[in-house]
Amino acid sequence: MSEAAIERQIDRSQMQVTDEVAIQISDMNKWYGTFHVLRDINMTVNRGERIVICGPSGSGKSTLIRCINRLEEHQAGKIVVDGTELTSDLKNIDKVRSEVGMVFQHFNLFPHLTILENCTLAPIWVRKTPKKEAEEVAMHYLRKVKIPEQALKYPGQLSGGQQQRVAIARSLCMKPRIMLFDEPTSALDPEMIKEVLDTMIELAEEGMTMLCVTHEMGFAQAVANRVIFMDQGQIVEQNEPKEFFNNPKSDRTKLFLSQILGH
Amino acid sequence: MSDTHSNTVAYVRDSMLPEATPPLTEVGAIRWLRENLFSGVLNIILTVLGISSVIWIVLHIGPWFLNAVWNAESLAECRQILDGATGACFGVIKDRWHQLIFGFYPPSAYWRPTLAFVLMLVALAPILFAGAPRKLFWFSAIYPALAFWLLWGGTIWFPIIAMAGFAVGYLAYRVTLPLSTLAATIVGVLATILWWLYLTGPISNMLSGALPIGIMPIRSDSFGGFMVSTVIGVTGIALSLPIGIVLALGRQSDMFLIKTVSVGFIEFIRGVPLITLLFTASLLLNYFLPPGTNFDIILRVIIMVTLFASAYMAEVIRGGLAALPRGQYEAADALGLDYWKAQRLIIMPQALKISIPGIVNTFIGLFKDTTLVVFIGILDPIGLSNAIRADSDWNGIYWELFGFIGLCFFIFCFGMSRYSQYLERKLKTDHR
Ligand SMILES: Nc1ncnc2c1ncn2[C@@H]1O[C@H](COP(=O)(O)OP(=O)(O)OP(=O)(O)O)[C@@H](O)[C@H]1O
Ligand SMILES: [Mg+2]
Repeated sequence: MSEAAIERQIDRSQMQVTDEVAIQISDMNKWYGTFHVLRDINMTVNRGERIVICGPSGSGKSTLIRCINRLEEHQAGKIVVDGTELTSDLKNIDKVRSEVGMVFQHFNLFPHLTILENCTLAPIWVRKTPKKEAEEVAMHYLRKVKIPEQALKYPGQLSGGQQQRVAIARSLCMKPRIMLFDEPTSALDPEMIKEVLDTMIELAEEGMTMLCVTHEMGFAQAVANRVIFMDQGQIVEQNEPKEFFNNPKSDRTKLFLSQILGH
Repeated sequence: MSDTHSNTVAYVRDSMLPEATPPLTEVGAIRWLRENLFSGVLNIILTVLGISSVIWIVLHIGPWFLNAVWNAESLAECRQILDGATGACFGVIKDRWHQLIFGFYPPSAYWRPTLAFVLMLVALAPILFAGAPRKLFWFSAIYPALAFWLLWGGTIWFPIIAMAGFAVGYLAYRVTLPLSTLAATIVGVLATILWWLYLTGPISNMLSGALPIGIMPIRSDSFGGFMVSTVIGVTGIALSLPIGIVLALGRQSDMFLIKTVSVGFIEFIRGVPLITLLFTASLLLNYFLPPGTNFDIILRVIIMVTLFASAYMAEVIRGGLAALPRGQYEAADALGLDYWKAQRLIIMPQALKISIPGIVNTFIGLFKDTTLVVFIGILDPIGLSNAIRADSDWNGIYWELFGFIGLCFFIFCFGMSRYSQYLERKLKTDHR
């Protein structure tokens, strides 16, 4: 596990967890065919929370956060996002997806569009924002992730770290209220990990509700207000970061932490 | 100077060297020859063999071209002029080129297919080249009806009413849209087809009775030559791409019925030789149509050729779709794009780009396959070459006619191939 040091001072003034519920998952189960990937998941995410999800490979972390914007369908239980329940109703799904941003491990930028077009596509076609306005918003977020000068290039011309920052900007252009990250740094070289983490920290500082699947424990300690440990499709332990790292309760968690931190 | 140089490590250059020309073996033609033709023993042998076979061919075919006779009214006259020497008799092309191009179309109306061809280039411009004015798209949209009217003639109302079918379909689509997108699409398509089958004829007859505007009607038996190849080929190409896209998407659909119908259609059409489809078009299709409709044979052939090419097109595009990483679909979904928007903006532009070589391959195949219509009695260029030979003036002439026909096909197909290469270069954004 790489562990990028978080050197900067973190501004916590805006990081406030409110009472408002952003995501409510109750008794959720999912199967792939006969394989029971997610078992009795119960969790509540309040607005403003920064949650890090970790766990061994194949434990169902990706599947869990992909259920939240219905990239995967759950078979039992209930998922409510921003007051909208995810059912097979397409209108609800589209509503949730336009409220929830997602960043993938492999960026998934659209290679046939420029960086700017990548960022304006969804605002123009989903939100019906006028093109000019969408471009202004896109440039705003590209400046924020510190690559406005790349706006007219194609994704193939950018480094991995730059591409991932574009992917974050692309999600932000939809003005999402919740951001999901699925191992956003695990396809990157160490020096690029830092630039992406910095972007994510800034996002957290602005009070974004975030769910991150990541093994960057430095990031978890610096930014998260809660760490969730999953194994075999279940939530095994969750706690605030300090307690979670210094004083893990379950044996599985201890084993996992010793493997990724102990070297 | 020189002793300081050799005795110490320190060194200062006191005079700068001027730029020198590279040795002769490293520049221009000589370098190219050395690298491409004479870079090794095997290469030298191959070069010598290649050059000698080119010389051999030129020596044997050269006289045929050099002695060619352009001014002759018949093969006998040609032979007389040549007086025993080998030589081509291109007189046949000079004498009959109009037939090779227009078939038995009335000469007084040659301007109509010619105008239709020129307007086709105008209509294609906005589709093929991004630089063309966008307003031309409107012209491209009405062009099919206009070309139909120019070629077949008759009342102007028929193509207008037929085009109105699209408006009818769109209206039906809008009315049923609140129910579901799929139902609305099906209703829209059905409405258009029903309009064409049952209402277009009567309404246009009525209108032309009331307001007769039109040009001389020309029956499709008099169509022939490259005009027929172009009409069938271009229409087939223009229609098979969208139908192929729909079939490819249908084949990937989650909906069982749509998937089954698409797979069944593709497998059936691909499993049958085109020639059987053409015979079906010429003999059987009338049984399936409402009695009394006299459905033009060329239109029937166009339908069959289009269906045939669509099945291949669908598979080519499916290949492109399969080559796209899943992440592209997921990113589109995650951004909230619905199925059709994701297809139109993200998936298809990439899948089609990947499939360009295969698509153009199918286009070229389709265009050359139009020569098969000779078997159902349509006089395409090959059919006309037979007709020309049937005349006692030109009985026995083969090479010149086939050479000319081959050359024309080659120009068309090579043009398509070059265009596809241009397009691939233009769309290249991966910078690998
Ligand atoms: N489409 C699928 N069909 C069947 N099984 C799947 C599918 N996707 C994932 N799985 C299985 O479900 C389990 C959970 O997968 P998931 O991708 O959620 O794990 P993860 O915790 O994200 O692991 P990693 O850290 O390797 O990304 C794995 O055992 C995986 O093999
Ligand atoms: Mg994963």
